[in-house]
Amino acid sequence: MKKLLILALLSSSVFAGKTLDAIKKRGNLKCGVSTGLPGFSFPDSKGNWKGIDVDFCKALSIAVFGNASRVKYVSLNAQQRFTALQSGEIDVLSRNTTNTLTRDTSTGLNFTTPLYYDGQAFMVRKKSGITSAKQLNGASVCTQQGTTTELNVSDYFRANRMKLKPVVFESNDEVVQSFVKGRCDALTTDASGLASERSKFKNPEDFVILPEIISKEPLAPAVRQGDDEWFDIVKWTMFALIQAEELGLNSKNVDSFKKSKDPRIKRFLGRTPGVGKSIGLDEKWAYNVVKLLGNYGEIYEANIGINSPLKLKRGLNSLWTDGGLMYSPPFR
Amino acid sequence: MIQSFINDFPKWLKKNLFNTPVNSVISIFILALLWKAIEKIFLWLLVNSVWTGTAATCRQADGFCFPFLFEKVRFIIYGFYPDGQLWRPTLAMLLLFGTLFYSRIPERWTKKLVYTWFGFFTLFFWLMRGGLGLPIVTNDKWGGLPLTLMLATIGIIFSYPLGIVLALLRRSNLKILKTLSVLYIELIRGVPLISVLFMSSVMFPLFLPEGVNFDKLLRAQIAIILFVSAYMAEVIRGGLASIDKGQYEAAHTLGLSYFDTMRLIIVPQAIRIVIPPTVNTAIGMFKDTSLVLIIALFDLLNTTKTALRDPEWLGFSLEAYVFVGLIYFVFCYVMSKYSQGLESEFGMKER
Repeated sequence: MKKLLILALLSSSVFAGKTLDAIKKRGNLKCGVSTGLPGFSFPDSKGNWKGIDVDFCKALSIAVFGNASRVKYVSLNAQQRFTALQSGEIDVLSRNTTNTLTRDTSTGLNFTTPLYYDGQAFMVRKKSGITSAKQLNGASVCTQQGTTTELNVSDYFRANRMKLKPVVFESNDEVVQSFVKGRCDALTTDASGLASERSKFKNPEDFVILPEIISKEPLAPAVRQGDDEWFDIVKWTMFALIQAEELGLNSKNVDSFKKSKDPRIKRFLGRTPGVGKSIGLDEKWAYNVVKLLGNYGEIYEANIGINSPLKLKRGLNSLWTDGGLMYSPPFR
Repeated sequence: MIQSFINDFPKWLKKNLFNTPVNSVISIFILALLWKAIEKIFLWLLVNSVWTGTAATCRQADGFCFPFLFEKVRFIIYGFYPDGQLWRPTLAMLLLFGTLFYSRIPERWTKKLVYTWFGFFTLFFWLMRGGLGLPIVTNDKWGGLPLTLMLATIGIIFSYPLGIVLALLRRSNLKILKTLSVLYIELIRGVPLISVLFMSSVMFPLFLPEGVNFDKLLRAQIAIILFVSAYMAEVIRGGLASIDKGQYEAAHTLGLSYFDTMRLIIVPQAIRIVIPPTVNTAIGMFKDTSLVLIIALFDLLNTTKTALRDPEWLGFSLEAYVFVGLIYFVFCYVMSKYSQGLESEFGMKER
């Protein structure tokens, strides 16, 4: 009954075309972020938001205002995030949220292009000699209570006709501590999570993350349903980040391409008009994003890449030209 | 006094701990156990503690990691408040302490005090929010200790008059008002604070017309006030019930109206009686504000938890929790001591 009520309320929301005007009038962009996930959206010691999700908020702010500081970050937990978007408390949700069919269709929101392709994986001790998740038959696996990871791992074991001994804890800290202390053979959560946990261990080199990815977690920004103009802006801002990397443009060298004869670059940087007008933004919006923030690769490396504490390889998040999934439609 | 303590201590020991052989053995055993426990804390806090260095230095050592605290104390206390403006929440908190200190003496509980608090809140919000010459800091950036203090102080101060009204309504002879008050109090007391906060943050925005937005912090603050007022009402009702019937009758004989009877005779006495349970509620309330972390407000406990998640400074939860635990303890202890002082003062007057 309650659910029906919420759904009825959700489906009645129509904000067509109003979001961009509202943002411009208000003078800032309200961006929903997490309550603190290192690498994605996390406050540093000075209280400034940092992370790849946060950088995406900045990219949008640059696209709209030409300035990265016009963002108001709204910290949201898992339960609040969709309501906040629905009720107009935020303009865009950039908060490590997995795009799924149910969420996309029934919660009154639209997911744009994934910012990060994640997936669930396993970590084991190196000395166990295990090299594939298929060898985990009968293994005890530490996992967190009530999460989708718990569900995924039991699905995976059942599908592969393996015996699972789940060791379930309430908090993530307990899960990790138990694994380190040898309470279980394997630890499972999203690959990015495993990598960041491993980076905190005293002896990270004693642990390996198995290659199998057992679930798909495309983490994508989301906007309210019913405002296609704003949806396009969010979607194409993400594409601009990818396209810039593909064209070899980054925050340091973009000015040296000002005289480039390449028509793709001329269009992308707004020197041949088109990319701004058709989306309702300044012609130089893509140039500004690259100049003031950087391309996708730069953002990735700064926040979660090999030299960050999370030490995540690009993997699925490489450009399509490098065998990854990051692919932008042409800017023309 | 110290001299007499030193003189009497051996005697006291002999009389209480070592008066029979069996007791002596038990005493020694317990003292040894105590030392075992204290030794660890002592070593951890003082001997092995690390004062300078990085997370790596701390991980090598086995003691309290002060560098962690030095690095994170700014975020734990002030949250997202912009650097360079930190004097504002600091001053706001000092003002709060000053106003509380000024209000501690019952003789000052007059109309003037209401104006004082009104003035204080004006200043407090001006400092926190800005405007009139100060840069604006929107309330999504408020956090840490100022936020906790604000939620608790406003929650307690505003719930008190609301509680008095609810308590009076519950004791009134008008059936409708009484029923409404009972319904409200029992409904609120029947659900946990978490669910009230959740309603305010997740459900409530859905019921508003489109485009209308109610500030998140304000919603939480109102939820807290509504929640505490139900508890305050019950506390005050207890006080009202304990007032002798003769007091009502005497007031009646003097020809006082209902409002004057309540205002001048019944309520002041009732409030005096219920000081201990009121402070009890206030202390509980102060700690309950930490529940706002589930609606993603960055109060003192949430900033602490967030600071702990920093990948560069992982694994110093003991340090962080000892630190905030101490802050919570100091505030609650002061409240408790103050209420004891008030009790004895009022007790003395009545006798």
